[in-house]
Parts: sequence; C-alpha cells; structure tokens
Amino acid sequence: MGDQVARGQGVTVPAPAGLEPSRRGAISAFFAPKRRIRLTLLLGPPMVWLVVVYLGAIVALLVSAFWSVDSFTENVVHQFSTANLHTVVTEPIYRTVAVRTILVAVAVTAIDAVIAFPMAFYMSVVASPRMRRFLVVAVLTPLWASYLVKAYAWRTLFAPNGPMSWATGGHTPGYGLTATVVTLAYMWLPYMVIPVYAGFDRLPRSLFEASADLGGNAWRTVRSVVVPLLFPAIAAGSIFTFSLTLGDYIAVGIVGGKTQLIANVISDQVTLNQPLAAAVSLIPLTAIVLYLAAMRRTGALENV
Amino acid sequence: MKRMLHSLRTPAALLAAGVLLAACASSGGGGDVSKRKVPDVPMAKSVGKGEGSLNIIVWAGYAEKDWVRPFQQQTGCTVNVKVGNTSDQMVSLMKSGQYDGVSASGDATLRLIYGGDVAPVNTKLVPNYATISSFLKDGDWNSVNGQMYGIPHGWGANLLMWDPRTVKGSLNSWGAVFDKASAYDGKVTAYDSPIYIADAALYLMRTQPDLKIKDPYSLTAKQLDAAVSLLKDQNKHVSEYWADYTKEVQAFESGTSVVGTTWQVIANTINSGAKTKVKTVLPKEGATGWSDTWMISAQAKHPNCMYKWMNYIVSPKANAQVAEYFGEAPSQTKACDQTSDPKFCDTYHALDAKYAAQIHYWTTPQQQCVDGSGNNCTNYSEWVTKWQEVKG
Repeated sequence: MGDQVARGQGVTVPAPAGLEPSRRGAISAFFAPKRRIRLTLLLGPPMVWLVVVYLGAIVALLVSAFWSVDSFTENVVHQFSTANLHTVVTEPIYRTVAVRTILVAVAVTAIDAVIAFPMAFYMSVVASPRMRRFLVVAVLTPLWASYLVKAYAWRTLFAPNGPMSWATGGHTPGYGLTATVVTLAYMWLPYMVIPVYAGFDRLPRSLFEASADLGGNAWRTVRSVVVPLLFPAIAAGSIFTFSLTLGDYIAVGIVGGKTQLIANVISDQVTLNQPLAAAVSLIPLTAIVLYLAAMRRTGALENV
Repeated sequence: MKRMLHSLRTPAALLAAGVLLAACASSGGGGDVSKRKVPDVPMAKSVGKGEGSLNIIVWAGYAEKDWVRPFQQQTGCTVNVKVGNTSDQMVSLMKSGQYDGVSASGDATLRLIYGGDVAPVNTKLVPNYATISSFLKDGDWNSVNGQMYGIPHGWGANLLMWDPRTVKGSLNSWGAVFDKASAYDGKVTAYDSPIYIADAALYLMRTQPDLKIKDPYSLTAKQLDAAVSLLKDQNKHVSEYWADYTKEVQAFESGTSVVGTTWQVIANTINSGAKTKVKTVLPKEGATGWSDTWMISAQAKHPNCMYKWMNYIVSPKANAQVAEYFGEAPSQTKACDQTSDPKFCDTYHALDAKYAAQIHYWTTPQQQCVDGSGNNCTNYSEWVTKWQEVKG
C-alpha cells in the first residue's frame, strides 16, 4: 500500500491492490480536493470511540447522579433532583471517608517517592549498564503478576499468625489502615520509580561536577540541584500513585480489616442506589481534577 | 490539535443535551408500598423442551455438583451459577436481566415482585410443589393476592459461631458479639449488610425492654439509633466484616476472627478442613434467619429450564441434599425420608410450623411498619445510610 501519495497533505491513501492504474487515479482525484472527507475517514472511528464510549459514559454517570431510586424496589426513577448531591455534602460519613482516602493516597505517594528516589538514583547514576538493565526489569516484573495474587500475598504476610507476626514477635499492625497503605505503596511503586528514573537519565552529569567544584558536598548537591530538577518527574509519578489509590477498593477489602475507603462506599452503594453512588464518585473525580491542576503548575504534565 | 478539540465540543454538547432530554422525558413514581400495584408480568402456561442452558443466582452452597450434575443429565440444561453474597447484590444482579432465576430471601422477594423483575409462578407446572410444607405457601413474602411468585426452597436461622481454641466455655447469647465483645477485642466478625442491623435490634428487644422493640424489622427512628449505637460499639472490636462466605471461612481458619454470626454451611466448610474446628449455637435470644424462594426472572431467556430447575430442586432427593449440605430445614416434606442422617429433619424442626414461626426472617424494612404497628418505621434506605455510618 501507499503507492499513491495525495498531493498537498502527505497523507497516504491506501489503494486496493489490483485496481487498474486509471481507476486508482480516479480514486485519488476524488479524494484530493476533499480534505474533510479524508480527515473524517482518518479520525472518524477513534473520535466516535472517544466521544460515545468514553465521554458518553462519564456524562451518563454525571447525569445519573441527579436521578433517584424508588426506596422500595430500587428501580431508578428518572426525575431531576439534587438530593444526592445534598446527601453527599451534608452526611458527615462521606466527609470522614473522603478525608481518610485522601490521607491514604498522600501517604502512599510520599512513601513511594521516598523509596523511589534512592532506587532511581542508583539505577541511573551508580549502576553499571548491565546492572541497570537488570534493575529496570526487576522493577517492572511485579507489574506482570496478577493484582489479586499480590494483594493476597500481603494478606498472608499480615495474618495474625503470619510471617510478619513471627518476625516481630507479635508486634504487627494486623489488618487495617497501615496494612492498606503498605500494600498500596508496594503495588504502585513501579509507577513512581520509572518516571523518576527517566528524570535522572535526563539530568546532565556535569551538574554534579559543577556543584562539587563550587564546594557543595553530596547532601548539598542533592538538596539544591537534584531535587529541584527532579521535582517534575516525582510529580509525574505521584499522579499515578495518587489517582490509583483514590480508586482502589480491592486491596483495602483484602488487607484493610474493617476499614473502608471512598471506593468501597461507591461499590457498596452501586447495588442499592446507583444515582447516589454516582454522586459519591464525584468526590474522587474532583480530588483528581484538583490534583492534576496542581501538578500542571509544577510542569509535571510536560514531563510524562 | 486545538481545531480537533474545538470540533469535539459540538458533538459532546449534543450528546449531553440528548441524555438530559431523555432524563427529563421519562419519569416514575415512588410512594406508599401498601398502595403499590404489582407490575403485570405474564405467567407461563406450559413448560416445553429445555433451552439447553440455565443462568441462576444462588446463595453459596445451593448449587453444588452432587445435585446439579444429575439435573443436567436429566434435562440437558447446562447450569451456570453465580453466587450472590447479599440480598442487595442478588436484587441488583436480577435487574441486569441476564439471569433466569434466583434463590431469593424474604428481604429480596418483595423488592423483586414489585419491581417487576420476576414473573408469577404457575405452581401447576411444578409437580413437587404439592408436597411442600403448607406453612411456606402463600406467605406474605412470596405471594401477592394469593398468587405465588416462587417455589419455597428451605429456611433456617443465622447462628453464633466461635473458635473454641480462643473462646473458652460454651456460648449461648448474642451478648458475646455485643455487650461482651471486648473479651474478643479485634477478633469479632459480623455480616456486612444493612440487614444485620436487625440482629442488633433483636438483641435489644430481649435485653432492653424499655425500648419497646416488637419486631427487629419495624424500628422507629429512636429504636434504629439504639441499634446503630450498639453496632458502633461492636465495631471497635471487629476484625473484619464478611459478605463473601469464603472470607469468613478464611478469617476463622487463619484466626483473624474467632466469634461472630454465621450460616451453618460456613461452619460445615470450616469443620471439613483441617485448620480448626468451630462450634455453633442458636442463642437464647432467638435469631434472625431466612426463608428462601426460587423465583423466575421476568426476562428469563431459558424459562423452560428454569421451571425444570424449580421442580427439580424441591424434589425429595435434591431438596434433602441441599438442605443437608447447607444446614437448613428443607421445604419439601418428603425430603425428610431422603436425608442421609435420619434425624436431620427433627434437628432442624423441618416440619414444625410453630418452631418456624419463631425465627425472625429477613424482610425489607418499610415506612409502613412490616409488623403492622403503624407507619412511623424507618425504611431500608435509611438502614443503608446507617450501616455505612456504623462502618465509619
């Protein structure tokens, strides 16, 4: 394919093989002046997908937040009402759970950043090329394992008579908020390591020497040179860890004991009162939009 | 890129407007349950040849291969089983229209009937219906105006289960998971559904007479608050809540939980393993429980297979197998001759209508009090909000 290049645009129009040259000419003559048709054919299908399936689903969700359910049969009643939004804003339970969820997301992000920084530094600056390849593979390998396998592995570790209890002489946190934070920090660590590693890779090595020449010790170099330059990369990684934590309800169900996060509340409500669940889901949606806006100011979005 | 985004704006806005219009155009009503009309759903007139396949929602342990396999061989209907963890989940799954039937408890049946999700059942097409215990027929949870909406399956009580390795002595009161829960701090478990509020209400009904609770499903706002505050105290000592029965099995086997509410089938599953042996009791305060009914979906794609299943599962042999496996009273009177333990029906009081009347069966709380005491009761959606408050 691609033996006919349309004039003016450089867009390749695939011509079916085996057609007479004159007919091929006719096809390209038909399309050549009609830029809009070509553009429609090229972008139409992905646009339909994006608008109908993706945006359509989100719009439908937002609209359904304004419906209500029949309190007895749980059938959705299509009548406009802001009662659900009012419930979400005024019931203290949603505030408590939302604050807890955001704190968990912040804790997971902070832990991942603190672990990822020295790891990425070693991988990028210290390790030999061979070692570097090995470490990148080692960081990425857990992503191939099933989510549930990893979550249940942590459930075993935190069990009352499990390895953690044995190693610490019974001083384990057990199932609960701490176990949830640890498990989620483990789950999302690769999403933090890789952007920070890429950030280190872009960092000119001459800056280290310049800092040393000016009398900066290692700590001063990290504080005044590396961290400011790497901040956008850390911010980029934090978008993953933060938003993935906000949406998680499986890990907390497995290792969280009786703890519930905002996504648990949504999944519990979906079976009973879908419109209210849609209204509650506006909380994490708003949190993520605000977080993205804040990260945009750091320049993280240009760095991904 | 900017142009592309710009051209996107119009279709997105159109779509949003369309959805909004659709939202405004249709409307439905809520209103008082006692004045509700049952949606008109046609009833089967005959049962033809099986469609080759059957999709059902069941409680854990209701469709095991020991009795599903003979059914498949007899009818050619391949059974696809979806286990429901709570009545709420079952109602929600039935509304999807992808299932032919469900083993619904009393807190799901009326929601399904009035929601138009299930069809009335022509009991003439279910020969084994004739010999089902009469106290299970034409109940206010499975029939409307004398029309049956399902085939009774079996009934039983929620039990108190404990692990004797940690819990010394013999328990006989729900107080073990309420007032005395601090003795098992961090090891108590409870059923993760708003309907569990009734268990607390039942305990208060016996221990705090001044609250004047007459029925655990008919609670005024004040009585509901008392039950919720009892559950909040319990929450301090809870290790995990369970809705998925395998989670409770695992929690007891690993020692995460040592005392809490259960179904007999869960105790049977744990005791058939090697990790620990548990004990169960029906406490002195009485218990909440279930009376299950097989219902056929209004949108069933395999109605013939579903009718064959409803007849098969209450046949003496199959009903005895299910009842013994799950640990509940069978609905089929003739099942009592088929149980492997000849005393099984006596143990579970299967034929004893008076005993059956003492269990507080799951039912959906409504503003119009379900015990007929007035119209100042709290409805289920209030229970749902309160339950989330309990979990915090």
